[in-house]
Amino acid sequence: MPGKVLTLNGPIVNAELPGIATGEQVLIGELEVVGEVIARQQDQAIIQAYESTESLCPGDPVTSLGHPLSVELGPGLLGQIFDGIQRPLQALFSSHGDTLPRGVRLDALERERSWCFTPDPGLKSGDTIRPGMILGTVPETETIEHRVLVPPNIHGELMELAPAGDYCLKGVIAHVRGSGGRVHELRLFHRWPVRTPRPYERRDHAVAPLLTGQRILDTFFPLLKGGKGAVPGPFGAGKTMVQQQIARWADADIVIYVGCGERGNELVDILESFPKLTDPHSGRSLMERTLLVANTSNMPVVAREASIYVGVTLAEYYRDQGYDVVMVADSTSRWAEALREVGGRLGEMPVEEGYPAYLASRLAAFYERAGRIETQGGRRGSVTLIGAVSPPGGDFSEPVTSHTKDIVETFWALSKPLADARHYPAVDWIDSFSGYAATAARWWEKEVDPEWADHRARALALLSQADELTRIVNLVGPEALSPAQRWALEGADLIKQGVLQQSALDPVDSYCPPAKQVALLRAMLQFYDDGGELLDLGVPVQELLRLPLLAQARRLKNLPAEGDADPIADFIEQLATETGALRMEYAQHEEKPA
Amino acid sequence: MSGQEYRCVDAARGGLMFMRPVPGVGLGERVRIRDDQGRERTGQVIRSAEDVILVQVFEGTDHLNPEQTWVRFLNEPFTVPLSREVLGRVFNGTGEPRDERPPLLSRLRRNVNGAPVNPAARAYPREFIETGMSAIDGLNSLVRGQKLPIFSGSGLPHNQLAAQIVRQARLPGEESDFAIVFAAMGMSYNEARFFQEDFEASGVLGNVAMFINLADDPAIERLILPRTALTAAEYLAYDLDLHVLVVITDMTQYASALREVATAKGDVPSRKGYPGYLYSDLAEIYERAGRIKARHGSITMVPVVSMPSDDITHPIPDLTGYITEGQIVLSRELNSQGIYPPIYIPPSLSRLMKDGIGKDFTREDHPRVASQIYASYARALEVRNLASIIGAEELSGSDREYLRFADAFEQQFVGQAADEGRSIGQTLDLCWQLLSLLPQQELTRVSEADLAAHYQAEAAGEAPVSA
Ligand SMILES: Nc1ncnc2c1ncn2[C@@H]1O[C@H](COP(=O)(O)OP(=O)(O)OP(=O)(O)O)[C@@H](O)[C@H]1O
Ligand SMILES: [Mg+2]
Repeated sequence: MPGKVLTLNGPIVNAELPGIATGEQVLIGELEVVGEVIARQQDQAIIQAYESTESLCPGDPVTSLGHPLSVELGPGLLGQIFDGIQRPLQALFSSHGDTLPRGVRLDALERERSWCFTPDPGLKSGDTIRPGMILGTVPETETIEHRVLVPPNIHGELMELAPAGDYCLKGVIAHVRGSGGRVHELRLFHRWPVRTPRPYERRDHAVAPLLTGQRILDTFFPLLKGGKGAVPGPFGAGKTMVQQQIARWADADIVIYVGCGERGNELVDILESFPKLTDPHSGRSLMERTLLVANTSNMPVVAREASIYVGVTLAEYYRDQGYDVVMVADSTSRWAEALREVGGRLGEMPVEEGYPAYLASRLAAFYERAGRIETQGGRRGSVTLIGAVSPPGGDFSEPVTSHTKDIVETFWALSKPLADARHYPAVDWIDSFSGYAATAARWWEKEVDPEWADHRARALALLSQADELTRIVNLVGPEALSPAQRWALEGADLIKQGVLQQSALDPVDSYCPPAKQVALLRAMLQFYDDGGELLDLGVPVQELLRLPLLAQARRLKNLPAEGDADPIADFIEQLATETGALRMEYAQHEEKPA
Repeated sequence: MSGQEYRCVDAARGGLMFMRPVPGVGLGERVRIRDDQGRERTGQVIRSAEDVILVQVFEGTDHLNPEQTWVRFLNEPFTVPLSREVLGRVFNGTGEPRDERPPLLSRLRRNVNGAPVNPAARAYPREFIETGMSAIDGLNSLVRGQKLPIFSGSGLPHNQLAAQIVRQARLPGEESDFAIVFAAMGMSYNEARFFQEDFEASGVLGNVAMFINLADDPAIERLILPRTALTAAEYLAYDLDLHVLVVITDMTQYASALREVATAKGDVPSRKGYPGYLYSDLAEIYERAGRIKARHGSITMVPVVSMPSDDITHPIPDLTGYITEGQIVLSRELNSQGIYPPIYIPPSLSRLMKDGIGKDFTREDHPRVASQIYASYARALEVRNLASIIGAEELSGSDREYLRFADAFEQQFVGQAADEGRSIGQTLDLCWQLLSLLPQQELTRVSEADLAAHYQAEAAGEAPVSA
C-alpha cells in the first residue's frame, strides 16, 4: 500500500509510510523521484530525495522499492560514467538528451550486452562453492580480465557451471544448491548495498608504494597501495590536478574517479583525454581501466552523499577480484556539506560550523574501507583512497580538514603561496606528511636506489634550512649570510625547481618513472655537494652562482630520454668536468704562497 | 484550481509569506499575489507541508497586510517566455519588461531553474577568446564556454573592465559576434546607465538582453534574476546557436538576498550567517555556463563578485572560486597607482587556459612564457618586499633587475588604455620584451629554443622604454 507525502522541504520529504525500514529506497509522486528513508519518527518516514523535488505536492504517493541503495557489479563498468546513484550517464544522454531527466530508471549495466565467458577449468559439478570464488572470467577490456565472483553471501554445492561461450549479462552461468536445498542462480552480475562494506577474509599489511610518477608524492610523501591519503588546499591550488595525475599515471590496475560536487567540465576533460592517453604500465588506453562516478555541483545534493559510497563499493568489487584499485574522491568536503545540509533540514543539533556530530565518525568509516586485504577467495587486493578536501577560506583548522588529518596516513597539503608563484604541484613540504615513508623506503631501496631514504632526508633537511635562512634574509638582508648559507639557498632552489616542480602539462615531465626520480634528486644533491667542496677550496660563491650549469640543472627534468640519450647521465658527466676544472684552478691557487 | 484566489496568509516578513496549507500545491509552483491596493506581486512556493506553505515574494513583503492579501496558485513552475526578441530588450528579475515596451509574446516558456546538464553531454571548452587585454589573454586566457569571474572591491573599475571585455571579445580570425546577456543586481542607476551607454556607443545594444534590478528594487527579486537571465542565455545558445557572453553583476548582492531569506526561513547558518547550501546554490547558477556536444552555441560567463572588505577568503568569493574555472582578481594597490586594469596577477587564474592556448590556438611558446612570467613576477614581488625592508641599494645586481622588471611589467603589460585592444601576438611579444630585462640564466621555465627565438639580448640591462 503506498504511503503519502506530508511535507516537502528541499530534498527532505516527510511521508506517512508505516512499517518501512530505514535505508530502504522509495519512489515519490507520479514522477517517481527516487529517495531513501534516512530516519523514522513514529509512522512518519523521513526521506532524502536523490532528485529534485520540484512540483511534488503533499498527498503525492510514496512507494517502497523494497531494498536499500545498491550497485550492480559485473562486466561493463569500466570506461563508463555513472551518476551518484549509478545511473549510466552516457545512456541517459542518448535516451534523454542534454539535461538530466527526473524519475528515469535505467539499468547501470546493459542487460543485453553479451560477454565471452570462460569457466574456471578447475570447477566441476559437486564442488563446494564459497563466497569470493572465481567462477570464470570475461575479458572486460583489452587490459582487464573480469573475474566473475561468487557473491559474498552464497555458499553451497555447484550443480552446474555454464560452458565457455557468449552470455548476455543476465544469463545464468551457474546453479548452486545452498543450505536447505535452495537453488541460487548466479549470473554475470550481482548487487551489493553501498553502505555495507564488502566482506573479506582478513586485513593485510600494505607493502608497496603506489607509484604516481609525481616526484613530490612518490619521493617525499609516499602513499601505499591500500593506504589512505588526502589532498587539502584552497581553491585553485591544484587538488584536482593531483588527483587527475594519479588517475592517469598511478601503477594501479583500476582507477575510480569520483567527482563529488565539483565541475562538470573536469569530468569531460577525463572523458575526452583518457581514451587518447596510454597507460605507461600496460601500454593500453587509460580509459580501459577507468570508471567515473559523477555528481557535479549542480546535480542534486543528496546524491552527492551517495556517490562516495557508490564509488567505494565499486572499488571493493574489483579489489575482491584481486586487483589494486585506486579511488580518488573530489571533493570530500562537498560530501560533508551534503551531510550538513540534510542534518540541518532534519533539525539535528550542529556541533561545529553547522556540521552534525557524526561527521568525524562518518569520515573515519569511509576511509576505513581502504586497505590491502586477503579476499574471501584467497587473493590479494587493495583499495587506496585519496580524498580532496576543500577548506573554506583555505583554513586547515576547519572540521573536515582537521578530522581528515587525524584519519589519513598521507597528507598532501597544498599551499596558496606556492600555487600563486606557479610552483606546481603546490605541495607544501613543511605541512605535508606521510606515515608510510619507512615502508616505502624498503621498497625503493630494494628496487631502485639503496640510498633512497638518505637522499630524501637530506633534501628535506636542505629545504627546511632554506626556509629558515629566508626568514633571516627577510629580516636583515642577504649580506648576513655566509657563503655556505648562500649556497644552501641555491641548493634548496635546485631541489625545488629541479625536482619538486613538475608540470602536469609538460609532455615529458608529466609522468616521471622511479629511476628518473632518483636520478634527478641525486643530480641536484651532487651539484650541491660539489659546490660545497668548491667553497671549502675558496671558490667565491658568486662564481658558483654564475655557472650556466645551474640553469641546465633546472631544465633537466624536461629533457626527453629518447633512444640511448640519457640527459641526466650526460649532465652528471658535465658537472664532474666543470667542477673538476674549478677544483684544479683553486687547488693551484691554494698551493701558491699567500 | 489556478483560477481560485485564497486569502490564507498568516504572516509576511523578510520576503516570505507563511500561509495556511492549500491542498495540491507543489514545490516550486508560481503564485500571483494581490495586495490591498490591488497591486500584483509574483512568488514561488519554497516549502509545502501539511501545516504551512512558504512562498518567497520577489517584489518583497513590504506593506503586505496578511488579512488583505489574496493568493492564486498557478499550478505551474516558474517559467519565462522566450524568443529571439529578448535581444535588445530590458527586463526585471522575473522577466517582465522594464523598458516600457509590451511583454514578450511567445508560446515557448521555460522553467527558470533549468535542469542540470548531464556531464556526459558537455563538450570541453577550448576555443581561445581574444579580449585584447594582455593580463587576461596572455596570462589568464578566457575560452568559449568558460566561467571566469572578476573578484573586485568597492570603488574598483570592475564595470569598466566588464564593459571592455564585452566590447572587445572576439575569436581571432572569426567574424561572428557574441550575443550578450547582461544581468545586474543591486546596481546603482548610474552604473546601469554606464553600461547602457557603453553598449549603445559600441553599437551592440541590439544584441544585448538586459535583466536589471537596481539598488532600490526589491532584494528578493535578485534570487530569481540570474536564473531568468540564464534561461534566456541557454535559449540563445542552444536553440539559436549563438555564442553568448553573460555578464552577471554583482553576485555578492545575490548572496546577501539569499542570506536574508535563509534567515527568515530559519535555516541553519554556516559561515558568516550564509546558509550551508550557498555552495550548491551558487553552483546551480555558475554551472549553467559551458558547451554542449552537437550544439553550436556556447555560454561564456563573466560574473562580477565584490569581495567584502577586499577579503578573498570571504564566503562569496571563496565559494565562487571553488566553483568557477579561475578568477581575475583586482587590486586596490595597483588601482591607486593608476594602473588600469588593476589586475593582480598572482592570485588570478584561468583553469581552462591550458587547453585553449599553444600551438594550434595562440602561439607555440605561450604556455611556457606565461608560466615564466608568473614565476618571475612572484620572484620580483619577493625582491620588492625585501627592498622595502633593507633598502633597494642593498640589493644584488640581479635583484635590482627584478625590481625593474616588476615595475615595467605592471606599467606596460598589465596597464593599458580602456580603449586599447592588443592582439595575442602583441601581448606575447610584450612578454618577451619584459622577460628580456632579466638575465637569460634566470629564465628556466622557457626552453633554450624559446630563448634563442625570442630573447632580446640587447634589451638586458637597458632601461625599459616608458609607456
Ligand atoms: N601539477 C600541475 N602542473 C601544471 N599546472 C597545474 C598543476 N597543478 C595545478 N595546476 C594549475 O592550477 C590550476 C588549478 O588546479 P586545480 O583545478 O587542480 O585546483 P583545485 O585545488 O582542484 O581547485 P578547486 O578547489 O577550486 O577545485 C589548474 O587549472 C592548472 O592550471
Ligand atoms: Mg578541484
